[in-house]
Amino acid sequence: MTEIAEHPARRPGAATDEAIRVETLHKSFGALEVLKGVSLTAHKGDVVAIIGGSGSGKSTCLRCINFLETPTSGRIVIAGEEVALRPDGTPASRRQIERLRSRLGMVFQAFNLWTHRTLLENVIEVPVHVLGVPRAEAVDRARGLLARVGLSEKADTYPAFLSGGQQQRAAIARALAIEPSAMLFDEPTSALDPELVGEVLGVIRDLASEGRTMILVTHEMKFAREVADHVIYLHNGLIEEEGPPEALFGAPRSDRLRQFLKSVG
Amino acid sequence: MTGRPAWLAPHRIVMILALAAFVAWSAASLRWSWLPKYAPLAVEGIWRTLWILAVTSVLGFLLAVPLGLAQAVGPWYLAAPAHAFCTVIRGTPLLLQIWLLYYGLGSLFPQFPAIRNSELWPYLRQAWPYAVLALTLSYAGYEGEVMRGAFAGVARGQIEAATAFGMPRLTLFRRIWLPQAVRNVLPTLGGETILQLKATPLVATITIVDIYAVATRVRQDTFIVYEPLLLLALVYMAIAGVIALVFRRFEARVPQRRG
Repeated sequence: MTEIAEHPARRPGAATDEAIRVETLHKSFGALEVLKGVSLTAHKGDVVAIIGGSGSGKSTCLRCINFLETPTSGRIVIAGEEVALRPDGTPASRRQIERLRSRLGMVFQAFNLWTHRTLLENVIEVPVHVLGVPRAEAVDRARGLLARVGLSEKADTYPAFLSGGQQQRAAIARALAIEPSAMLFDEPTSALDPELVGEVLGVIRDLASEGRTMILVTHEMKFAREVADHVIYLHNGLIEEEGPPEALFGAPRSDRLRQFLKSVG
Repeated sequence: MTGRPAWLAPHRIVMILALAAFVAWSAASLRWSWLPKYAPLAVEGIWRTLWILAVTSVLGFLLAVPLGLAQAVGPWYLAAPAHAFCTVIRGTPLLLQIWLLYYGLGSLFPQFPAIRNSELWPYLRQAWPYAVLALTLSYAGYEGEVMRGAFAGVARGQIEAATAFGMPRLTLFRRIWLPQAVRNVLPTLGGETILQLKATPLVATITIVDIYAVATRVRQDTFIVYEPLLLLALVYMAIAGVIALVFRRFEARVPQRRG
């Protein structure tokens, strides 16, 4: 144990290759305990996929990482920096939370592009108004990012005029614009028509292959198997099984996971 | 519309002809001899109506934002007084509010030497500060209620996205929440501003010479009844048209998808 304790990555504030570490995360909504002690680590460049049935707590787990939900208890360490918590579990410093959030690129199930702004305005919003990037520079970068997700032509279009797939690709560009240290995907294709899923997965696959750190909550098992370095199966707020995708999908050990994989086809 | 101007549609042509006939008839057979004499006064009255409308709408809206916010998401000790204010304002006649402020406050102030000797006194002894105050509070009361719904109606995901990117609360309010809330109620605000315009004649009851007061003066001086009223209606319609146009411009700034 002493060896582990002296490992540089374990010392607070030391240089670490951990992008995100979650320790014994608990979260209750009233009497309902959604997370019952979940721990996970995403190293730099890792793609961690979280799978599980509905109500298993996978989205809640993701949303606790950037404190969209306040954990009931547990530790969260982002790029070696632990989130300071009060004894009651709420964040001690709004400033710290805001700073950490501004480096975590989140992509939502429902896209959540700001409807009163064009795609370009959506993408430069956070760089210009939160991170203080000069506008001209932000616009340049935003055009590059929109081109990357195949939306150069739509830079001046409002989100309502785009398909779900286009909106989600723009939302990914918005998340990339902050130069995130890690990206959080909350079921990014669940709200899409089947024929639009592919274009979004294509963009995420690209990001995975260029070594971005990502935590991905998904229902797309084939995709998870293909891009993830590490897969976590959540059941009833606990990690039922985890490991490399080949092991988890190829030779699931628990009955629950076997059943789950069968049910989602 | 295949290339022709929009006003060339048949029903519009009929309406334009009817209007032209009406104008011709009223010019020929009604009495307008008083017009040159009272024109300067009328211009002054229109100007007064316009600035009272503009100032009270803008100030009232600025007050409505915190009123709406307090009711939508504020703690009870802010929400309760805001709700009470809106209820009282919306539950009592504007005429009563104007009189209470003008005759009540206006007769209370001179009793305090400190106020009489203050630099504000030259203004406080006039009528317009009370009119502006009453109309501002009235607009704030109605729009506070509108903004309550507007703030509550902004989709959660819009706010959540901003939160997730670490946007500080004030920035979030200024950049995301407020613009979306206002955009959602622009048609309502446009209508309410037109109602505000039509509430302005009440200031004539406390000696302010707006365009309505000018029309009344003309009738009293000349015993001509209908012509000044006709012109008055025209003036209000024109101003209301301009308000509608301005708000339509605002609405068009973010295109909406229909259907």
